[in-house]
Amino acid sequence: MKHNTRNVYLIPYVLWIVLFVVAPILLILYYSFFDIEGQWTIANYKKFFTPIYLKMTFSSFWYAFLITVFSLLIAYPTAYLLTKTKHKQLWLLLIILPTWVNLLLKVYAFLGIFGTYGLANAVLEALGVGTKQILFTDFSFVFVSVYIFIPFMVLPIFNALEELNPSLVDAARDLGASAWTTFRRVVFPLTIDGVKAGCQAVFIPALSLFMITRLIAGNRVITLGTAIEEHFLVTQDWGMGATIAVFLIIAMAIVVIITGNRK
Amino acid sequence: MSKDVIIRFEHVTKQYDGLVVLDDVSFEIERGKFYTLLGPSGCGKTTILRLIAGFIEPTKGTIYFNGKNINHVPANKRQVNTVFQDYALFPHLNVFENVAFGLRVKKMKYADIQEKVAEALRFVNLEGYEHREIREMSGGQRQRVAIARAIVNEPEVLLLDEPLSALDLKLRTEMQYELRELQRRLGITFIFVTHDQEEALAMSDQIFVLHKGKIQQSGTPKDIYDEPVNRFVADFIGESNILPGTMIADFLVEFAGKRFECVDQGFYPNEPVEVVIRPEDLEITTRDQGKLQVRVDSQLFRGVHYELCCYDQHGNEWLVHSTKKAEVGEEIGLYFEPEAIHVMRVSEAQEVSDGEGSDET
Repeated sequence: MKHNTRNVYLIPYVLWIVLFVVAPILLILYYSFFDIEGQWTIANYKKFFTPIYLKMTFSSFWYAFLITVFSLLIAYPTAYLLTKTKHKQLWLLLIILPTWVNLLLKVYAFLGIFGTYGLANAVLEALGVGTKQILFTDFSFVFVSVYIFIPFMVLPIFNALEELNPSLVDAARDLGASAWTTFRRVVFPLTIDGVKAGCQAVFIPALSLFMITRLIAGNRVITLGTAIEEHFLVTQDWGMGATIAVFLIIAMAIVVIITGNRK
Repeated sequence: MSKDVIIRFEHVTKQYDGLVVLDDVSFEIERGKFYTLLGPSGCGKTTILRLIAGFIEPTKGTIYFNGKNINHVPANKRQVNTVFQDYALFPHLNVFENVAFGLRVKKMKYADIQEKVAEALRFVNLEGYEHREIREMSGGQRQRVAIARAIVNEPEVLLLDEPLSALDLKLRTEMQYELRELQRRLGITFIFVTHDQEEALAMSDQIFVLHKGKIQQSGTPKDIYDEPVNRFVADFIGESNILPGTMIADFLVEFAGKRFECVDQGFYPNEPVEVVIRPEDLEITTRDQGKLQVRVDSQLFRGVHYELCCYDQHGNEWLVHSTKKAEVGEEIGLYFEPEAIHVMRVSEAQEVSDGEGSDET
């Protein structure tokens, strides 16, 4: 009896997972075996292992890696300082606030700031550096992505730091550790779960970025995300698009497994 | 014997956001003794410990360690180690690595580290526990790991911040013996913080009683128990009967409507005083043989003794600890020796301690 009731409660969740997670993945898998003519083929997979797609995969990983590293480098000290401030909840709110603004709006704002007649160039001009091409560069792409992702990195690290027992820091200092050693041997290892969670929250979405790539980097940066978009919307080669998506899903699964072994 | 002072506080004041937690405190700590800082929570005892450890700096005043001003020496450069109240063991490291932490920071050779850690663990009876995780250890074992982790660094002073408060009564008593024994074997200075007066009396060579950021009294456990300088100390250390009285002359004091012979002197004639008599110094006798006549109001059996609550004809309450039994409602006599009467000045309750603290022993 008890067993049956539990199964009844499970139905909505199972339905949800099957309809919106399992089915789409299976569909992607299914489409990846068809060419543009609708013929069954494995040519898409062969094509994926040609240099052009491998390079695309590599650059996707490279940019996602850069975005994650820079987010981490900025977010960790930010989270650390946040835990030391007096009104930490207020500061945290201010950092989270931008995530409530639509992504597209934020990206358009950067188009304005980084444009030829934008604020950034006005500053450079005033400093005597002169107008530079900022938009459509690797720099602007990584910069805007990091800006977008920072809150997702700050939040889990902040939580991990908040949970850290402050007397452990005292203890490390007491035992002769310098501030840096204390950080390296006590604070960082004990907040590594927060760092992992933050890296997941940044790296995985960063792998499949396409809108920021399109708008900020133009055609300078081609990643798996932009390639999928291209195949589905422009060339209508759903098969190839689905194949890239399959590899993206595999890559994400691997990232989750590597960073996910939390206690 | 000349004094071998290791730590000296000179007019040290500590404020947090304008709130004075430690108010112009001066004292000396001698090498190789067991000191206890005793007081209720918020009295400033942990602040003193954190000042010595170097986690905080004094607002005013100077702290000397081996004669050198250490006000601005950071915690990691001080020859002291701390056993924390919550032990503060590193949860991501096992017992060996916890104890080895300080040695690794000093970049000691691995072979030496192994030897020292093994020795420290043997000292606290935890041989063979090297590879246990901290979460697998019981409260008492964690306590020992925390002690091993501190003493392995061979500090000149070991600071203990209420380390026994999280243990159950039996284990706590056991650890009291062990800590005292450990201090004798190591021969280093222990500074122990507690709010438990029995613990303080049982373990210390010297006790500092603190209240409201000031040292109320310092001395041996016996001094403090037998000769409390003020009402706070008398009340905080053990149970006591405290009564208002008048010092008629040297060796003669009046309270509860009678005059008694006592051993105190040096008061002004007819100076108002407070008189302390410990409940265990009162003996039950017949009405006629007693120096005081009281009526038994209630009686509790406490195991080792009976605790009697009595009233005299002036309405003063008398707490008596006696192995003899009495009947509730019975009129009894209380007998006490002149030595049992402790006379305290009323007015200079707090200032007395500072002067006395340094010229005693």
